[in-house]
Amino acid sequence: MSEAVAEKNYLNDPKGWKSWVFTLDHKRIGILYLASITAAFFLGGVFAVLIRLELLNPGQDLMGPDTYNQIFTLHGAVMIFLFIIPSIPAALGNFFLPLLIGAKDVAFPRLNLASYYIYVFGSMFAVYSIFTGAVDTGWTFYTPYSTETQTSVIPMTLGAFILGFSSIFTGLNFIVTIHKMRIPGMTWYKLPLFVWALYATAIIQVVATPVLGITLLLLIFERVFSVGIFNPDMGGDPVLFQHFFWFYSHPAVYIMILPGMGIISELIATFSHKKIFGYKAIAFSSLGIAFISFLVWGHHMFVSGQSELAAMIFSFLTFLVGIPSGIKVFNWITTLYKGQIHFDTPMLYALSFLFLFTIGGLTGIFLGALATDVHLHDTYFVVAHFHYVMMGGTVMAFLGGLHYWWPKMFGKMYNHFWSVIAMILVFVGFNVTFFSQFILGSQGMPRRYYNYLDQFQPLHAFSTIGSWILGAGFIIMAIYLIHSLFKGRKASDNPWGGLTFEWATGSPPPHHNFKVTPKMTHGPYDYDKVLVEQTDY
Amino acid sequence: MDDTTGSLFMPFGGSTIAGDVDTVFNFILYTSTIIFALVVFGIIFFSIRYRRRGKLALTPDISHNTKLEIVWTVIPTILVVIVFFMGFNAYLKMSVVPKDAMEIKVTGQKWFWSFEYPEAGATTVNELVVPIDKPVKLLMSSQDVIHSFFVPGFRIKQDVIPNRYTMIWFQATKIGEYDLFCAEYCGTKHSEMIGKVKVVSEREFENWLEESSMSGEGMSLSDFGAKLYISKACNTCHSIDGSAGNGPTFKGIFGKQVTFDDGSQAMVDENYIRKSILNPQTNIVAGYQNIMPTFQGLLKEREVDALIAYIKTLE
Repeated sequence: MSEAVAEKNYLNDPKGWKSWVFTLDHKRIGILYLASITAAFFLGGVFAVLIRLELLNPGQDLMGPDTYNQIFTLHGAVMIFLFIIPSIPAALGNFFLPLLIGAKDVAFPRLNLASYYIYVFGSMFAVYSIFTGAVDTGWTFYTPYSTETQTSVIPMTLGAFILGFSSIFTGLNFIVTIHKMRIPGMTWYKLPLFVWALYATAIIQVVATPVLGITLLLLIFERVFSVGIFNPDMGGDPVLFQHFFWFYSHPAVYIMILPGMGIISELIATFSHKKIFGYKAIAFSSLGIAFISFLVWGHHMFVSGQSELAAMIFSFLTFLVGIPSGIKVFNWITTLYKGQIHFDTPMLYALSFLFLFTIGGLTGIFLGALATDVHLHDTYFVVAHFHYVMMGGTVMAFLGGLHYWWPKMFGKMYNHFWSVIAMILVFVGFNVTFFSQFILGSQGMPRRYYNYLDQFQPLHAFSTIGSWILGAGFIIMAIYLIHSLFKGRKASDNPWGGLTFEWATGSPPPHHNFKVTPKMTHGPYDYDKVLVEQTDY
Repeated sequence: MDDTTGSLFMPFGGSTIAGDVDTVFNFILYTSTIIFALVVFGIIFFSIRYRRRGKLALTPDISHNTKLEIVWTVIPTILVVIVFFMGFNAYLKMSVVPKDAMEIKVTGQKWFWSFEYPEAGATTVNELVVPIDKPVKLLMSSQDVIHSFFVPGFRIKQDVIPNRYTMIWFQATKIGEYDLFCAEYCGTKHSEMIGKVKVVSEREFENWLEESSMSGEGMSLSDFGAKLYISKACNTCHSIDGSAGNGPTFKGIFGKQVTFDDGSQAMVDENYIRKSILNPQTNIVAGYQNIMPTFQGLLKEREVDALIAYIKTLE
């Protein structure tokens, strides 16, 4: 294809700031989301570095205990509500879902734009709370602490409440889009697996998020009107809040990880140039996970005083939810078998996902088993476990997806050498930071501690050093990605030799996605039938 | 202490339940290490064996293999069911309190633990003293927010909740001191809400119980007060060197004029200190929060006298 210099694409056509602010193009909305979540990730990352710095030594280093409590709360709240929940679905999903199914846009473009501005509006409440004596409750807002503390709980919970609507709208939009907008011939079993993952995610978003909304609203009512639902002095039950909260927040964990799993399926297939192994198993395990995820919330509450019978049932169901995740990992590895594997940066992220997510999943078994959870609950073991799943899992998948689709989104290729350096730093820094926390936790170090006993210092110091390596990796990444936008080599339409539809259009794609409506001539992973040479590297 | 080093992952286990928990932990650790090694081996082996060499070609159509898929579904399922039962068994043992257990009442409040020995009438703060080889049942509740009673060396943890009792029990198997942490986030001094569990011999325990139900005999009143300043956890919030804390420093406070948050003033004398200990909510010194819990019922008459005598010495 000849590449004219002034070729029109979604980035330069139409022009003017209004065309961006009021855009109904899913690609532009995806880019707006991408910029916003990157800012949130940066903010949350700064908080993380501050936390680790304070924990370098026992006692006071940088800040007092109250500031520390606010910082770790903000780290959690910003990373979860502002970054990781919208990260893959709203940024990459928005951009690529229509492209992957050969559509011109999502089903409801206006709703899509609305969901973005609701996200911005909700984020502003969260940021506002930072300047009005930031919350210090932890991102979980447990009562009765959250109804008693003097800090600005209401702006933050209101922010999370509003962000919930953004999430619900995106989910609704995706469900309808996937049902109605596929090009003719694209049956359910010919959908790219990323689309299946977004579908399962969207179901959880629509069904679970309202429960969070109700819970946070009740919390606000409790603070403003003292209604007493969670207040023991008025006959309420503080533990009830935990049930409500985890009824959303456990499924929400899968809102965070499922889209990441979807990206991994794409990356593994493309870079091993091989048909994905166990397509249906991967697709249905996403739905299975989505369903069981609603039935395991009580595993966050094994020591909260819930009945032993309830604890037993929740423990058993928790083990069931692990099986589909294990099946996915086995399928991905088997896909490598007899493939033609090429180790480009996105694939390196996919392989590190397999490595880190497996650790995250296996350490979940310690927490699902009742006796060991009693010891490990609310320690650094839990902190390490969820960072392995959320950062080692979702963030690695997000970075893999970002590097995979970057040339498509911006039409520019980033520096290969520096991208590998950054990937290695992120991988090493991550393990140094968080593997040490497994040991800290099982040795008994409780989480959310501003100060700690001397015996824990060596591992804390080790973990802090890891956070610097991790930070260095992200700084390098920011530099070469920004550099590529201005000085990057022009990317070809299909740099990796992928078979899904987004590679069948320009890089960047034109305003209406495809110049010629694509035809369903082959399945998304038919590497046994179709040969497309990789054009970059 | 002799031979009380733990393993890489676990601290030394000093309770009857610790061994059971560690067995479950180690079983999961070893099986998951094997699974992890297989996964990593698979990734590395395939990555090397099937790396792209030369010109790209079509790859074989391998889309499923029923036998293989059944194997990797059934084996993990069996393993997790085994783990579930192991975890559940040990948990049952933790949950069923022996009938002959000695009962101690535990109260969690911001930011200290207090322990009441109902039969002897003794109370301690941040230090739980128990006899070895005897089941101990803790009946726990909170005065304010949710706390969590966590002794890593015993492998036990239980949330402590306002307006409800929760229970936990243990039987210590080795004499020594064990760390006690608050594991549920509870605010500013959450990380200072720590204490010790002291496991002593039966005889030592009897002696200790007798001694602690007495009130500092054979000690000068101010020395006794100095001891209480630590053991009743006044030191969590009130310094004695003039440095800032959650409450006013004790240094030179006696005889001073203090201003309250409503603008009124008072002179710090014996009655003022007494009132501040037993009814701390009545007057709040300007610049501080209303967070001090009452020590009504936690301190005996002579203990209040002793604390006043001690504060007088801090000029």
